[in-house]
Amino acid sequence: MNEAADGLRFRFMGERSVLVELGDRIAPETHRRVHRLMRLLEQENWPGIRELSPGYRSLLVVFDPLELDPAELTRRIQKRASRPAAGEIPPARRIVIPVFYGGEHGPDLPEVAHRLGMTQEAVIQRHTSLVYRVYMIGFTPGFPYLGELPEELSLPRRSTPRTRVPKGSVAIAQRQTGIYPVESPGGWHLIGWTPVELFHPGRRPACLLETGDEVRFAAVEAVED
Amino acid sequence: MAGAPILEVLSPGILTTVQDLGRGGYARWGVAPSGAVDALAARAANLLVGNPEGSAVLETTLLGLRLRLLRDTRLAVCGADLQANLDGQALPLWRSVSVRSGRILTFAGPRWGLRAYIAVAGGIDVPAVLGSRSTNLASGFGGFQGRPLRRGDVLAAGEPPPTEIEREFDSAAAGYDGPPWRLRILWGPQDEFLAEEGRERFLTTAFTVSPDSDRTGIRLEGTAVPVQPGTPDSIISEGILSGAIQLPADGRPIIVLAETASGGYRKPATVIAADLHRLGQIMPGDEVRFAAVTLEEAVALLRRREEAFRAAFRPPLCG
Repeated sequence: MNEAADGLRFRFMGERSVLVELGDRIAPETHRRVHRLMRLLEQENWPGIRELSPGYRSLLVVFDPLELDPAELTRRIQKRASRPAAGEIPPARRIVIPVFYGGEHGPDLPEVAHRLGMTQEAVIQRHTSLVYRVYMIGFTPGFPYLGELPEELSLPRRSTPRTRVPKGSVAIAQRQTGIYPVESPGGWHLIGWTPVELFHPGRRPACLLETGDEVRFAAVEAVED
Repeated sequence: MAGAPILEVLSPGILTTVQDLGRGGYARWGVAPSGAVDALAARAANLLVGNPEGSAVLETTLLGLRLRLLRDTRLAVCGADLQANLDGQALPLWRSVSVRSGRILTFAGPRWGLRAYIAVAGGIDVPAVLGSRSTNLASGFGGFQGRPLRRGDVLAAGEPPPTEIEREFDSAAAGYDGPPWRLRILWGPQDEFLAEEGRERFLTTAFTVSPDSDRTGIRLEGTAVPVQPGTPDSIISEGILSGAIQLPADGRPIIVLAETASGGYRKPATVIAADLHRLGQIMPGDEVRFAAVTLEEAVALLRRREEAFRAAFRPPLCG
């Protein structure tokens, strides 16, 4: 894909939404630009915009095509993206998630450590040593896709996904880590558990994390032997 | 203030949920829109009984729903013809009907279509969650206690609108013309991985709807749609909307419906907005074909559809 330094690529999904791509890979800089564009469009608050949904490298803009002409919208986005922000883009929030690692809370930790050729303590140490970025929230409400997990902790997804992953499970797969906000099926490796409520529809805000936040994990209990 | 009881569920049928026009604005938290799959029928049902078009209605699927009226009201049933019947008498669809307390409304099964919408004057009164009364089935919130209706549930309605006007809706104006279904699409957002052969296959295949279809998506079976050699199976996850057509590695398209907010499959095409309501009426076993239009045509078709919708009420809607 050819892409200028500040080049945007527009991919319409029907006549009522457009994916604005800001890069073609998962990278912090690409994601920062996705997040910045979302903030800019929030500030503009153009009539006819129904939804802004950020992904790893793209922003989905949903609109009413009878109120906002699709071609006019892409022109406006292009123009707006090339100008500086009207106000400050708020800096990333940093959130610490307490985690019980291993034992009944992280049933896959022994296997993960074994396959990675590390001790369980070393896996925990490495997992808690980094600051992760919330790249996207999806799969189930409130599920944060956090990146990037270091290469030495990278494993493919489980060959057989679980039909039921407990709410609060902290998990890893490939170059990502995440937290299951509700009980759901799941194919990631479960290394710990957090009591933090990530999503509750009756709470304000319902979702603890936002894309662009920075997350660190803190071990609150040593692995049980 | 909670509304007064109006309906008792004697049997919930295959799947009956409370829905409105969906939970917009929360895709960034991974919250699917939910909402009536056939939004046009839900809007028509509401407008027929004098409600705002986005009031909560019941969406019932296929057959088996039995309801007892707990007070006098006006209601309208729109969408699929599931042989709606009121105490042994066929209930006309697409019009407002005054109904007495104690009557029993049943749905014996489909003559045409899959989902019927039942609006009562005042709207189904359930708490709004994240701005909507729609049921999010996967996550268990919204609608009636976050779940499908069960036998014994009692539903309340809001304050009925002050004016009582008998209205009907010319459903031909809603543009349901299947099965066989011919759905109009726009190419994209990712169609570059389809070779010329893939595009042609996509537009010439008569797909059959799989029984494995639900409010999440309509799965299609047929000759696999080929992709360019070397195309990876998935893409980096991104936001998605209902109507987007995913093409997994097996070459069988899935039309995304209302219960998904993001996805990592390629989407060679998207059903145009003017045809989205028809997705709610497509049954397992039906035949589906696709026809491509341009962006400008899609917008014009939506404008025309909305004009026809507004014009299809007798007597005309005010304002």
